[in-house]
Amino acid sequence: MSERVAVRKTYKLYIGGKFPRSESGRSYLVQSGENSTANVALASRKDARDAVVAARAAGSGWAGATAYNRGQILYRVAEMLEGRREQFVALGIPGDEVDAATDRWVWYAGWSDKLPQVRGGVNPVAGPYLNLSTPEPTGVVAAVAPAAPALLGLVSVIAPAIVSGNTVVVAASPTDPLAAVTLAEVLATSDLPAGVVNILTGRIEETVPSLAGHRDVNALDLTGVADAELATSLEVRAAENLKRVLRPVPPHHDWYADPGLARMTALLETKTVWHPKGG
Amino acid sequence: MTATAMSARPDLTELGRSETALRGFLHGLPGVDQVGAEQRAAQLGTRSIKATAKAWAIDLAIRMVDLTTLEGADTPGKVRALAAKALRPDPADPSCPHVGAVCVYPSMVPYVAEVLRGPAGGAGSAGAEAAPAGAGVVHLASVATAFPAGQAPLEVKLADTRAAVAAGADEIDMVINRSAFLTGRYQEVYDEVVAIREACGPAHLKVILETGELSTYDNVRRASWLAMLAGADFIKTSTGKVPAAATPPVTLVMLEAVRDFRAATGRQVGVKPAGGIKTTKDAIKYLVLVNETVGADWLDPDWFRFGASSLLNDLLMQRTKLTTGDYAGPDYFTRD
Repeated sequence: MSERVAVRKTYKLYIGGKFPRSESGRSYLVQSGENSTANVALASRKDARDAVVAARAAGSGWAGATAYNRGQILYRVAEMLEGRREQFVALGIPGDEVDAATDRWVWYAGWSDKLPQVRGGVNPVAGPYLNLSTPEPTGVVAAVAPAAPALLGLVSVIAPAIVSGNTVVVAASPTDPLAAVTLAEVLATSDLPAGVVNILTGRIEETVPSLAGHRDVNALDLTGVADAELATSLEVRAAENLKRVLRPVPPHHDWYADPGLARMTALLETKTVWHPKGG
Repeated sequence: MTATAMSARPDLTELGRSETALRGFLHGLPGVDQVGAEQRAAQLGTRSIKATAKAWAIDLAIRMVDLTTLEGADTPGKVRALAAKALRPDPADPSCPHVGAVCVYPSMVPYVAEVLRGPAGGAGSAGAEAAPAGAGVVHLASVATAFPAGQAPLEVKLADTRAAVAAGADEIDMVINRSAFLTGRYQEVYDEVVAIREACGPAHLKVILETGELSTYDNVRRASWLAMLAGADFIKTSTGKVPAAATPPVTLVMLEAVRDFRAATGRQVGVKPAGGIKTTKDAIKYLVLVNETVGADWLDPDWFRFGASSLLNDLLMQRTKLTTGDYAGPDYFTRD
C-alpha cells in the first residue's frame, strides 16, 4: 500500500452558511499547532459587506424562531463542539478552554427563554391598561472577538448576541484564527440557520471600520479591539447612525468567570405595549 | 460578431404590405449563434468599473430607470408616492438625478400625472412649493394593450391605448401578440403594432417582445425587427410577469438588432430590458453591454432604459456609499 497523500486544509471565511475564499483572493500565514503553518483567508471590506447582507437576510427568520427553538440550537452547538474537542486540542487550544467554551454554549442556551422573563414583564401603570415590556433583538451585530483566548473569547462574544435573536458578523482573532474557522464548521453542522453567524478572518483595522460605519449594522461590539485609538475612532463612526456600542474589555479580563447578563442585555431593544383592560 | 447581412435587401418600407414578403425577410435574417451570444454577454459582464466611472454609471443608470409598479394592489396613494420618488429619488441629496420615467397601469396614470406635472389645468403646483425639479422631464409611461398577456380583441387594445394617452401618458408600453407571432402570423402582429402606433399619437411606443415566451434567440431577433419595421420607438424585453425576464444575451441580440436597423434605415430605436435587474452590478453590466455593442449613442435615457422597481434603491445605496464612504442600509430609503 502506497503512502497517503496529505489532505491539506485551506481555512476560509464563513459567510451566509458557506465557506467562501476572500473576495480579494488574499490569504495569510499563521502558525498551526507545533511546527506547521496554515493559510487563512484575509478578509476584505467587500467580504464584510457580503457578511452584513447575509446577516440581515437571516435576521427575520432567526428573531422569529421561538426562544425554545433557539435554545435547542445553541445546545446543539455545544453537542457538536464536545464531539470535536480533540480537533481543537490538536490546533493548540487547551482542553480546559474547549470545555469552558462548550459549557458557555450550554449556559447561554438555557437563557434563551428566560431572558424575556428577567428583562421584560408587566409594568404597573395608573390606568385601566395591561402594560407589557418584552426584550427584542437589536438586529445585526458587528463584533470583534478578543485575540485570546481564541475559542472561549469568540464563543463568549457570539453566543450572547445570537441567543436573543440577533445575527452577527464577527472578526475573529487575527493571530489565532484557526479556532474560529473550526468553530464555523461546528456551527455549520448545528442546525444554526445560514447567516446567523458570519466569521471573518484577517486584519481588524481593515474590516471593522467599514462595519462600524455601515448603516445596516445595528450594534457594534468592540470587545477585542486592543488599540484604544482605533476603538475611539470606531465608536465615532458607529455614532453616525446611533449604533449600540459595547466598549473593549480590559486586557486581563477573566474569560473563565461567570459572564453575567451584561453581554446579552446590551444587545436588546425593549418593546412596550399598552393593552386596554376593559371591564 | 453576428452582424446582420445587409446585402440585397428589399425595400424595408414595403415589407408590411404582404405576409409573404414579411415572412421571407424575417426568416432570411441570419440565425443567432446561441453559444457565442451567451459567451459574449458573460464576458462583457466581467468588466470591472471603478471609482469615477462607477459614479458616472450609477447616475446614468438612475436617469435610465423606468420606475415601475404593475400590481393589482396599486392604489392612488402608492403611485403618487412612487411618482414623488421618481422626481427626487434621494431626498437627502439634491445632486441625485431624477429617474427616466414612471411606469404604471392606465387607471393609475392620472394620479402620477398630478405629481409629475402638477394638478390638472396648468404646470406648476398650486401649493406654495415651486414645481419640483425634473417636473415635465420625468416621462409618464403606461402599459396598455391588455398587458401582460395581450389576449384581447384589437378594439379593446386600441381603446386601452387611447385611454392611457388621453389620461396623460407620453410613453406606451404595448405587448406583442405572442400567440400570433409563435404561430407565424407575422402580418397580424405587424398590423397590430402599426395600429397601436397610430393610436399612440404623439406618445412614444415601446413594444414588449416578452422574450421569455419566444423560446429562441432567432425569434427574439425576428420579433425585434418586426416591431421596428412596424414603427416601434423602443423595443422592450419583458413584462416582468413571466419567470424568464431580461437577460444579458437577450439584450445583446436586441441591441444588435437596433444597431443593424439604424444602419439599414437611419432610424434609431431604443432598448429597454425589464424584469430581474435588481442590483447596481447588474445595471452596470448592461451599460457595458450597450457601450460595447451599439456604442455611446445609446448611453442616454432617450435610448436605453431599465424597467425596474427594486433596482433604484440599490443604485441609491451604492451612490450613497460612493459619496459618504459608508455602506448604506435599506432602512434609509423608501421601500416602494
